[in-house]
Amino acid sequence: MSSLIELREIFFQECEEQLEDLTDGLNALDAAPEDADPDQINSMFRAVHSIKGGAASFSLDAIAEFAHEYEAILDELRSGKLVITREILAVFYRAADHLADLISCGAAGTDPDPDALTRQISEIESLSGTGLKPAQTDDFLAAFVPLAMGAEGPAPADVGMKIPHFDITFAPTAELYANGHEPAHLFRELESFGPLKVNVELDINAAWDQSDPAVTWHLNLATDRPENEIREIFEFAEPYANFQILCSQRANPVLPHPMAAADDMAAVETVADTDQLGSGETESPIVILPNQTSKPHAPRKSTVRVDLDQVDELINLVGELVITQSVMSQSLTEHSGVVSRKVAATLDDFKSLTRTIQEGIMAIRAQSVKPLFQRMARIVRETAQVAGKEVRFNVEGEDTEVDRIMIERLVDSLTHILRNAVDHGVETGPHRVQAGKEEAGSITLSAAHRSGRVVIEVTDDGAGVRRDKVLASAIAKGLIPKTAQLSDGEIDRLLFMPGFSTVEAVTNLSGRGVGMDVVNSEIRRLGGRVAIISSPGEGTTISISLPLTLAVLDGMIVDVGDESLVVPISTIVETIRPDASKIHQIGPSSRMIAARDMMVPIIELGQVFGYEGRSAPPNGHILIVVEDEKGEHFALAVDQIRDQRQVVIKSLESNYGHVPFVAAATILGDGQIALIIDLDEITHGISSTTSASGTHKRAYA
Amino acid sequence: MSISILTIDDSRTMRDLLRLTLEEAGFFVTTAEDGADGVQKLTDANPDVIITDINMPVMDGFEFIETVRGSGRNASVPILVLSTENSAELKDRARTVGATGWIVKPFNDTRLVSAIRRVARL
Repeated sequence: MSSLIELREIFFQECEEQLEDLTDGLNALDAAPEDADPDQINSMFRAVHSIKGGAASFSLDAIAEFAHEYEAILDELRSGKLVITREILAVFYRAADHLADLISCGAAGTDPDPDALTRQISEIESLSGTGLKPAQTDDFLAAFVPLAMGAEGPAPADVGMKIPHFDITFAPTAELYANGHEPAHLFRELESFGPLKVNVELDINAAWDQSDPAVTWHLNLATDRPENEIREIFEFAEPYANFQILCSQRANPVLPHPMAAADDMAAVETVADTDQLGSGETESPIVILPNQTSKPHAPRKSTVRVDLDQVDELINLVGELVITQSVMSQSLTEHSGVVSRKVAATLDDFKSLTRTIQEGIMAIRAQSVKPLFQRMARIVRETAQVAGKEVRFNVEGEDTEVDRIMIERLVDSLTHILRNAVDHGVETGPHRVQAGKEEAGSITLSAAHRSGRVVIEVTDDGAGVRRDKVLASAIAKGLIPKTAQLSDGEIDRLLFMPGFSTVEAVTNLSGRGVGMDVVNSEIRRLGGRVAIISSPGEGTTISISLPLTLAVLDGMIVDVGDESLVVPISTIVETIRPDASKIHQIGPSSRMIAARDMMVPIIELGQVFGYEGRSAPPNGHILIVVEDEKGEHFALAVDQIRDQRQVVIKSLESNYGHVPFVAAATILGDGQIALIIDLDEITHGISSTTSASGTHKRAYA
Repeated sequence: MSISILTIDDSRTMRDLLRLTLEEAGFFVTTAEDGADGVQKLTDANPDVIITDINMPVMDGFEFIETVRGSGRNASVPILVLSTENSAELKDRARTVGATGWIVKPFNDTRLVSAIRRVARL
C-alpha cells in the first residue's frame, strides 16, 4: 500500500494536525488559564506524544527529543504539578513554535538549528517543578525494551564457570490463559537465557471441572543473567500464577542441555523442548478455525488523498457540464416551444444534480481557515516580541471554509497586514496608557461568510491611520500633488499605492520589501478587495473580501443595449420598475431614485460600458438596486432582465489584462459571451465623484 | 495461514507504519483508531495478537484491554501494549487490566515481529 517515503509524508501531514490540536489547547488555556479543561490538556499531551512517537520511528531525533521534553512538562501540567501562568504559557507557545520549526526542518530534510534546540529544551526544563532527568531521553530512545518477550539470543554460557541456578516455581491459574499468556512462550524466553530444566507436576486429584489448571511447573535455569531479568519475563504473567524464584548459588557445572534428571518432586513429565509445552493446558482458550482465510479485509480509510490538479480538472469539467446543461435546456425550449412535462422534470433534475455535483466538488477544495489563523497567531507573537509590545491576539470564525488555493495565497498578505498591525497599528505600552487605553494592545483576526463572500478582517485597537503623516509622506514622495484635497478615505487608501511606506525607518518586521500595494494586488488577483477603515485614536480595520470560489458565480443576466451583462446576485438588493415621478434629476448628469426612503444614485450601465447610443429611453429602464462592499446602495439601470442562473467564470485577465468595470466573462446557454460586471469598480468611480466631502470612512482600493 | 493482528493507535502514521511492517512480515493486519474502534473491529478481525497504544482519545488502551478481557470469544487473545511510555506505574496498570506484554516505541521491526510470533498461539 504505501512505502516508507509515503508514510513519512503522512507523518508530517499528521504533525500539522497535531500542531493544530496543540495550538487549540494553548489558545484555550490562554483564554481561561484558571479553569483549564483536563480534556484539552490531555489532547495537547496526546498531540505532542504522537509527534514524538512518529518522529522516533522515522529517526527524526531532534523532533523526538524536543517532543519528549515538551511532553514531560505537559505531563506535569496534566498531573497538576505545574500551575499555568502567563509566563509558562508564553514558554509553551514558544515551544509549540519551535516544535513546528523542527517539524518543517524534518519535512524539508534540513538540519534544525542545534542552538535553538538546546535553548528551547533548557527553557522547558526550567519550568519543571520536579526536575526532568535528561536520562529519560536515552531511556525512551532505547529501541525496544522487552519485558514479557525476552531479548536477544541465548547468553553465552561459559562452561565450567560457576553459573547461578534459579529454581522457579510457576503454578498458573486459568486467568493466565485468559490474559493472553502461554507458559510455553514464557519458558522459551527463559531458555534463551541458558539451559533450562522443566518439570511439570499435575494434580491428578483435582476435580475435572475445576477451572484452574491443576498444574505446577518446576523450572531450573542456569544463567548468569540477573534475577530481575528473569522476573521481567514473568512481569505480566506473575499476577496470574503462584510464582517463586529461588536463586541457588550452587556451583554446579552447566548441565548438558536438554537434561532430564528429575528432582525430588513428583515429576510426572519432563519436557525439555518447550515447544511442546502447550499441551499441558487444561483449557484451550483460542480455537483457530480452519476457514480463517475468509477474513474481512482491512477497514476502509476515512480519507483519500487526491492530487489538487485532479480536483481542478474536475472543477473545470463540471463547469463545462453546467454550461452544456444550460445550452441543452435552452435549445430544447427553443426548438419545441413547449417541452413535455416529463422532459421538463428531467431537465430540472439534471440541473439540480449538476449543481449538487458542482457544490460537492467545490467543497472538496474548501478548507477551514484555522491552520492559516494559527500560523498568523505565531506571526503576531513573534512580531510583538521583537517590537517589545504586548499584544493580545483574538481569533473569530476560524471554522469558516474557504477555497484552499485562496488560503495558500492569503498567507503572505495576511502576514504583512498583521505585522503592520503590530508594528504600526498598536502603540507601545506607555503611549497606550497615556491615551487612556489598556497597556496590552489587541488584534483580532476574523473570518466570516457575508453575502456570498468571505470577509477576513484584521482589527487593531491602535492609534488609527495618522492621516497627516500619510498625506505629507505621499506629497513628499510625489505620489499626489501638493494641492490635492483628499477625503479621509482617500488618504487611507494612499497606503495601498505602490511605493508607499509611512514609517521613515523601515523596520525589519513589516517592511520586508512588500508594501500594502502588493497585498492589494494579490487580493485583487483572487477576485477580492482590500478596504481600510480607520478612526483616529481607536484603531484600524483592514478588511479583505473574497469570493467563495474562483470558479462559479450566481448571476442575474441583464440586457443593456444589444449586449448581455451578468450582475452578481450577491450584490442585488431588489429590482424595481421605477415610477418616473420617483426619479430626481440632480445636476446635469446625475439622477437619484427614492427607494425605501433612501435616495439612491442611478448608474446607467449602458453609459459605463459605452453602449448608451443603443440604449432604450431611460424611463423604460429597469433598475437593479445593488449594495457594494461599502454597504452603499446604487441603482443600475438596465433595459431588461433575462434570467438568473449560475455562470461559470472565465477569466479575461490572462488574455486581456485588467478590463475596467469587468470582473470576468462567461458563456451563456446560447453560446453567447457575457461580461460579468465588477460592481465595486463601477460604484467606486461614482462615489469618488459624489462623495468628495470625505464622509466615507471606508475606501476601497 | 497467516497470523492476524489487530493494531490500535490513534496516530495515522503509527497505524500505517505498523501495517507496513507487519504486512511485510506476512501478517494479516487490521487497524483501529482508538479503543472503541478496536472493540468494534474485534470480532471481524478475529486477531491472534492485538497490539495497542495506551494514550488514545475516546477509549484508551487500558480500558480497551479491560473490555477485551471481559468479552466473549476473543477474551484471551494476547495483547501487547506498544507505547512510548516506559514507566513502572503504567506497566503495572497494564498488567492489572490484563496486558500480555509491553513494547516500547519506537519499535524495531524484526523484534516486533519476533515478539508477535512468540506470543501468538499457533
